[in-house]
Amino acid sequence: MAQLSAKTVRNWYRLHKWTSLICTALLLMACITGLPLVFQDELDALLEPHVAPAKVEAGATTASLDPMIAQAQARFPALHPFSIGFDDDEPRIFVNMSPSDDPKKGEIRQMIFDAHTGKLLEVPKDGFDLTSFLLQLHSEIFLGLPGELTMGVMALTFVLSLVSGALVYGPFMRRLEFGTYRRNGAKRTRWFDLHNLLGIVTLAWALVVGATGVMNALSTPLFGLWRAQTLPKILAPYHGKPVPTHFRSVDESVKQVSAALPEMEVTAVVFPNSVFSSPRHYLVWAKGKTPVTSRLETPTLVDVENGAVTMSGGLPWYLRILELSRPLHFGDYGGLPLKIIWGLFDTALIVVLVSGLYLWLSKRKSPIERELNHLVERELLQQAGTV
Amino acid sequence: MTAASLKVVYRLPLALAMVILLGLLFALLGDGFWDVVSWLLLAVPLLLLAFFLRRPSPRPGRGEVL
Repeated sequence: MAQLSAKTVRNWYRLHKWTSLICTALLLMACITGLPLVFQDELDALLEPHVAPAKVEAGATTASLDPMIAQAQARFPALHPFSIGFDDDEPRIFVNMSPSDDPKKGEIRQMIFDAHTGKLLEVPKDGFDLTSFLLQLHSEIFLGLPGELTMGVMALTFVLSLVSGALVYGPFMRRLEFGTYRRNGAKRTRWFDLHNLLGIVTLAWALVVGATGVMNALSTPLFGLWRAQTLPKILAPYHGKPVPTHFRSVDESVKQVSAALPEMEVTAVVFPNSVFSSPRHYLVWAKGKTPVTSRLETPTLVDVENGAVTMSGGLPWYLRILELSRPLHFGDYGGLPLKIIWGLFDTALIVVLVSGLYLWLSKRKSPIERELNHLVERELLQQAGTV
Repeated sequence: MTAASLKVVYRLPLALAMVILLGLLFALLGDGFWDVVSWLLLAVPLLLLAFFLRRPSPRPGRGEVL
């Protein structure tokens, strides 16, 4: 590797310092809220115990969806069906009712049914939900889309800070052994070692979580882009026709999609919606059955009047990347041990952030920077001397 | 210790990055056995951290100049 000029190192150092300073506050918030969020499933089970579905033998048939929707409609006459979700872990079906196509937080009412018996399990109370509160803080600082985009910019700044941090690591560590931690050194030395050691060891994990964080923050605009690219073509033949008022059976529509995609299982149905989907179709999401394909959902549109399957196929590449970004950000794809590992990496990252902040606060004009300034001056003098 | 070349300085960090990336990937691509492989790989950097943080400083107070 070629010799690095002191000026180059100083530029990287400055980039590291400034990108870190920009993102530290919100990143610290994201790391701290992210820690309990890694264990979201466990926390939810603990804090909000739910009614368990009936135990059935393997291969039991699924109950009919239409009566569930009718029951939800009777319970909430002022709302209309918004979506149906199939629980990943238990045979439960969520029927979501909404006052509008673009519901605000807290407006959706849910009814949970047993997927085998079709019986109503419970109607969750509309109360404080710790993990949703944390998730909202973590992903959008309670600001909706502008908040999501802000967090996206923060995540991008974090990635830059990681890259520049890795670049300055080399020049700074040339006289130190890998893993140096001078526990008996001066306070600043200790924090410096801690910052370098934890930072470099967890670097790849932090890069993955940072980059997937950028992707997740862009999910709203990316889905909007996809909708804008595909929907006008699909809706063109319907031009001038009145908006359908009578919807055909959801069960029939799900059956059609299942028949068309035998290798997949249906995960959700979105009712006709002019904001998130098509006003004339059921949007049926289905996922694969292998570890990877279970993360890749495929949408199919079913005409709510005549049942014609209007579109079936994969998502564009940018939404595929988004889908794979979710598990790699949340760490929820390899059992509880992986979640614990995620938690430990996250804790290490918190220490990196705090130590970095300490290093900056403890001496504004840090010795590092003074040293670099000297080196740059010397280099410039040498260059002037040789010309 | 004399100044090491950058190649030497980055050797271990690059190896660790590979271990982490493979660990993250294995859990994504498979279940069961592959999850276990992933846990073992991802435990490597964490155990290494524990080792370096707990090991007594060889020469206390050395290298205070940053």
